Amino acid sequence: MQKNIIIAGVGGQGILTIASIIDLAAMNLGLHVKQAEVHGMSQRGGAVESHLRISTEEIYSDLIPLGKADLILSIEPMESLRYLPFLSPGGVIVTSTESYENIRNYPDKTGLLNHIRESASCLLIDAGAIATEAGNVKTYNVAMLGAAAPYTGMEATELEKAIATYFADKGEKIIATNLNAFRLGKDYAQK
Amino acid sequence: MNKQLLLGAEAIAQAALDAGISGVYAYPGTPSTEITEYIQKSPQARDPFVRSAWATNEKTAYEAALGMSFAGKRSLVCMKHVGLNVAADAFMNSSVTGIHGGLVIVVADDPSMHSSQNEQDSRVYGKFALIPVLEPANQQETYQITRYAFDLSEQTALPVLLRIPTRLSHSRAVVTKTETRPQNRLDPSKEKGKWILLPANARRNYQQLLEKQQELVLLSESSPYNKVKEGIGNKAVIAFGIGYNYTMEIISSYELQIPLLKISQYPLPEEKIKAFCNQYDDILIVEEGYPVYEELLKGYFGNRKFRGRLDGTLPRTGELSPALLAKALGLQTPEVKTIPAIVVPRPPMLCQGCGHRDLFDALNMAMESYPHKQVFGDIGCYTLGAMPPYSVISTCVDMGASITMAKGAADAGIRPAVCVIGDSTFTHSGMTGLLDAVNDRSPVTIIISDNDTTAMTGGQNSAGTGRFFDICKGLGVEEEHIRLIIPLKKNLDENRAILKEELDYEGVSVIISQRECVQTLKKQKKQCKKTSLLPE
Repeated sequence: MQKNIIIAGVGGQGILTIASIIDLAAMNLGLHVKQAEVHGMSQRGGAVESHLRISTEEIYSDLIPLGKADLILSIEPMESLRYLPFLSPGGVIVTSTESYENIRNYPDKTGLLNHIRESASCLLIDAGAIATEAGNVKTYNVAMLGAAAPYTGMEATELEKAIATYFADKGEKIIATNLNAFRLGKDYAQK
Repeated sequence: MNKQLLLGAEAIAQAALDAGISGVYAYPGTPSTEITEYIQKSPQARDPFVRSAWATNEKTAYEAALGMSFAGKRSLVCMKHVGLNVAADAFMNSSVTGIHGGLVIVVADDPSMHSSQNEQDSRVYGKFALIPVLEPANQQETYQITRYAFDLSEQTALPVLLRIPTRLSHSRAVVTKTETRPQNRLDPSKEKGKWILLPANARRNYQQLLEKQQELVLLSESSPYNKVKEGIGNKAVIAFGIGYNYTMEIISSYELQIPLLKISQYPLPEEKIKAFCNQYDDILIVEEGYPVYEELLKGYFGNRKFRGRLDGTLPRTGELSPALLAKALGLQTPEVKTIPAIVVPRPPMLCQGCGHRDLFDALNMAMESYPHKQVFGDIGCYTLGAMPPYSVISTCVDMGASITMAKGAADAGIRPAVCVIGDSTFTHSGMTGLLDAVNDRSPVTIIISDNDTTAMTGGQNSAGTGRFFDICKGLGVEEEHIRLIIPLKKNLDENRAILKEELDYEGVSVIISQRECVQTLKKQKKQCKKTSLLPE
């Protein structure tokens, strides 16, 4: 088994939280993991991405080869399209529909969503609404992870265990809210 | 817990702790910052104590590390590639003195210039200084090679340079650690002559360094990090450091049988290289960075069997990737989807609420009436002031250059000669330039945009916080021309007026524009909330 996942968003949106949870789950399963991330200047409100690779075999490149990503998991709709050259022919886009418009020439949103639909098989998620329903709007990235869970190559229960570990020092309430967001995201995607 | 998910940078930190260092010395710089931060946060660094506070710049860091080595203890010193330019004086001479306690210098290179002004290859410095260089390929090897680096340093009595690129520093994988060994005991060096680089000693030391080179080559010949992967055919690859990963990615996904020599320890193992090269007619050289060893192997007359970055088989600039390797090996790559035109760039920008923004608004207004509108800039978040809507910064070259370039421009007749420098950059390399301006009575206006932190690298402590007025006064700036402004919207008119007054002054003035970074402020509020020190 090998899964290549691009996690995309804007600096400050918390894509590394998603990456860390998947990493933890994969490590607990004894899988090989590589996860390249962006630090430094680009984090200041710029486009950021993480290349995440999990496999039963040794992984060599820290970067996903072009055309080899099984999943683009994006916290922002325009950012999901920026990494299209990495997506494999059968790959899936799971993206939040909520745009983050910190640039003046942000494109027309309907046009963007149409492009996403035409580019690959995709799931468009209203992550903000799910997170609010879960009890804390800050859980939107975990809600996105829930929606994308079936494409990670790991059982949802493994990801849930990793969520509990990841938020362990934040207390029971935060763990429960995040697990709730994860499950609601997963249910939403299955509908 | 022997298995951990670690960044390449963190693997170095953990390995250095396990190798028994007594101190880490560093100035923050992407992609090297996380090494020191990991040690600062590690419980393992508390007992026995490992000192880890930030240094003022890379040169002071390097010299302190050398001092710790003189005392017999092991030290780690970390910096980004351009930081080694700052530390180069100490670095080059420390190969002539040699070391006592193990000294490893980690330099994080930034091919493709993700967060840097150039993509210089630090292996050149290692060759220049005639010391061993190590260049691991993956995170586990990074852990092991860092431990080995300390042994190698103590065995050869030389500093050892460990080079990693951004992609390894900032990529995570599972790392298995080994046992921790104790720190060295205090045992000051007794070889007094070797540390005094008077010409007579320096000549003798340098001769000894040259004589050591054969031993270093032999160590590379037997190094477990330089290894051959057998294959078939008359084409082969020599891959250096992380170049090995991209090569192996292609070998495994295309199921190739191509012979491969991996190099992670320098100086080059001559016999191993010769024996390998003699077997093949067509050899691809894969280096992440400059074609340093491709040039050497190709030779002055250009042996055509070596291909790589020099003949265009691989691009001359930028970091490697699996796709570039596939192409260089003549393989078909699948057609990939293209990015639709609707996607627009999203460059980094100053945070909402950032004090630099309010400073730039005031500065642009104060500069309105002058024909020359250039502002000499420096290295930090505020370099983003070069972009719209501010478009106020005209230069960005190296740490501290804003002050000295403004001074030179003032000498040439530019008025106003104005520059913007961050607080941490000012203490790193700006103070000496300010002294030049004071001694020369140069008409320059120096704006220290002080946000109480080293912001761009993630909010590390800044060496001069709370003391900029005193520092500038101490360096001889007239007290009435050291002005303090608070960059807030409500102060815009007042700040514009103060700036204008000082721009018109024919002498050295310093404006300290002081407001805390919004990112560190946010972090602090979170921390206070956690510990309930602040009412809601």
